[in-house]
Amino acid sequence: MNSASNIPLGTVIQGKWHHHHYRIVKELGKGANGIVYLAESPNGQVALKVSDDSMLIASEVNVLKSFSKAPVKTMGPSFYDMDDAIYPGMLQKRSFYVMEYVRGPLLLEFVKQKGDEWIVVLMVQLLSNLAHLHQEGWIFGDLKPDNLIVSGPPAAIRCIDVGGTTKAGRAIKEYTEFFDRGYWGFGTRKAEPSYDLFALSMVMVNCAYKKEFKKEAEPEKQLYRAIEGHPLLKRYERVLKAALQGKYQSAAAMKSAMLKEGQLIASRKASQKKQQQKNGQKPAVQQNQQVTSRSRVAAAKRTPVRKKSGGLFETVLIVCSVLALYCAYVVLFLL
Amino acid sequence: MRKGHVNQILLITDGCSNHGEDPLAIASLAKEQGITVNVIGIMEENRHDHEAMKEVEGIALAGGGIHQVVYVQQLSQTVQMVTKKAMTQTLQGVVNKELQQILGKDTEIEELPPDKRGEVMEVVDELGETVHLQVLVLVDTSASMKPKLPTVKEALIDLSISLNSRIGENQFGMCIFPGKNSDAEIVLNWTPRFDSLSSIFPKLTTGGITPTGPALREALQHFKSVRSRKGLLEAKEEHDEFGF
Repeated sequence: MNSASNIPLGTVIQGKWHHHHYRIVKELGKGANGIVYLAESPNGQVALKVSDDSMLIASEVNVLKSFSKAPVKTMGPSFYDMDDAIYPGMLQKRSFYVMEYVRGPLLLEFVKQKGDEWIVVLMVQLLSNLAHLHQEGWIFGDLKPDNLIVSGPPAAIRCIDVGGTTKAGRAIKEYTEFFDRGYWGFGTRKAEPSYDLFALSMVMVNCAYKKEFKKEAEPEKQLYRAIEGHPLLKRYERVLKAALQGKYQSAAAMKSAMLKEGQLIASRKASQKKQQQKNGQKPAVQQNQQVTSRSRVAAAKRTPVRKKSGGLFETVLIVCSVLALYCAYVVLFLL
Repeated sequence: MRKGHVNQILLITDGCSNHGEDPLAIASLAKEQGITVNVIGIMEENRHDHEAMKEVEGIALAGGGIHQVVYVQQLSQTVQMVTKKAMTQTLQGVVNKELQQILGKDTEIEELPPDKRGEVMEVVDELGETVHLQVLVLVDTSASMKPKLPTVKEALIDLSISLNSRIGENQFGMCIFPGKNSDAEIVLNWTPRFDSLSSIFPKLTTGGITPTGPALREALQHFKSVRSRKGLLEAKEEHDEFGF
């Protein structure tokens, strides 16, 4: 069944029906049912998926085509071509499709490089994308960091494998255990928005811990413990638990809950700071201790807070000077 | 459109049959009756039983089904993939036959231009979602399977979660071989859910021999018993049986 054999690099694949040529540059990834290559076409670099199963290729192209519709356009790769392969040394019938080559690090790599403060930002972005996709009647299904690339700048999260994408109301086509609601005993594998939202929450857990873990005897409690046991996840505890339990009916609802929680945290922090200053204490002695214990994360989080107040002052200054200039313009030239 | 039926036997084993009739013969018989036989062979980490794995392939081939050889840890995902893939294969066969009637004898789905294939696949996907699926699971309970049984149970419950997420109906049954007093024993009669497995598995005893052939025959009988009963009740539906 897994008979997908490699195509030598440099091979030129020709399409039987549309007669386009593609030169294989390197392997990008290998799955149970096909291999994805980086290839060169007359129009530049593309990603090309080859499989022995022509019907599977047809089925994935169906999904890619609907991804090319307006609002969800930026979520998945654009679709270019689909054909049967002809190349020297081909042993059995093979089909392929050609799509946009999405450049950028995988989600986990990106977070490791740039810091944990990006996790929430990217998850909110992903929720916007999912909201559009769900509106079109599709559920992404196999949502996991390996299928997510952060392209840019500006950083934009994109999905690269649409093999699990399923029409709403059907049974999820493909999934990965750690991110699957059924595996953790939180519900069915029916394609509905809450299925993707569960997976998204697990992506967030995975990003925070930088690893997956095996299911234990009490999976429900285990996941709750994981959320409570990490400072970033703990902050979004209410949202994450509600998402795991399938309480959000739409991605938009989860997005606004997440943003609200973020604001709450910011204002709580600000009021804490004021309180401390009122009491005449030096601010954040305790926080400094935390900085030593989880140095980078906390440090990274503290700087933007200071920046924000500076930013507000700057904005006011700029707005004032622009207003003054505009008044001068009106007075001097128009009157 | 009236809903069709897909019938499957799923055989889970880790060794060669060593008792009773040839399993390949019975598998061929099943295929003739429109029942696909899929086989999952469980490998040991450091022991490769070529003879057994060859038989696994042979039974699936004879039964018109799919086979896969895996380590026990991968069982959950494999059970699911094999069942779904076999179902798609059956449905593709049905659609293919229809196409040939419309477009001529030598037309296969692969001969269609790429754009048209997508539409055909849409039909196959739709059928796979709504079709009535009946799976009889045959579990090898010879002595060497004993440590693997908890994983088998997990995998089967997981399978029922997946299949019950479809729109179509499901019927599951389970048969073990060797049985307590016979070569094969039905331990779970047709049921829409596998939840009751949790109470059955702890009571299972493992035995010495591996009567794969007789077990397949028992499975066939079990399908028949349902059919004849159903035949009396809803004679019409028999006409919609998929498989040939």
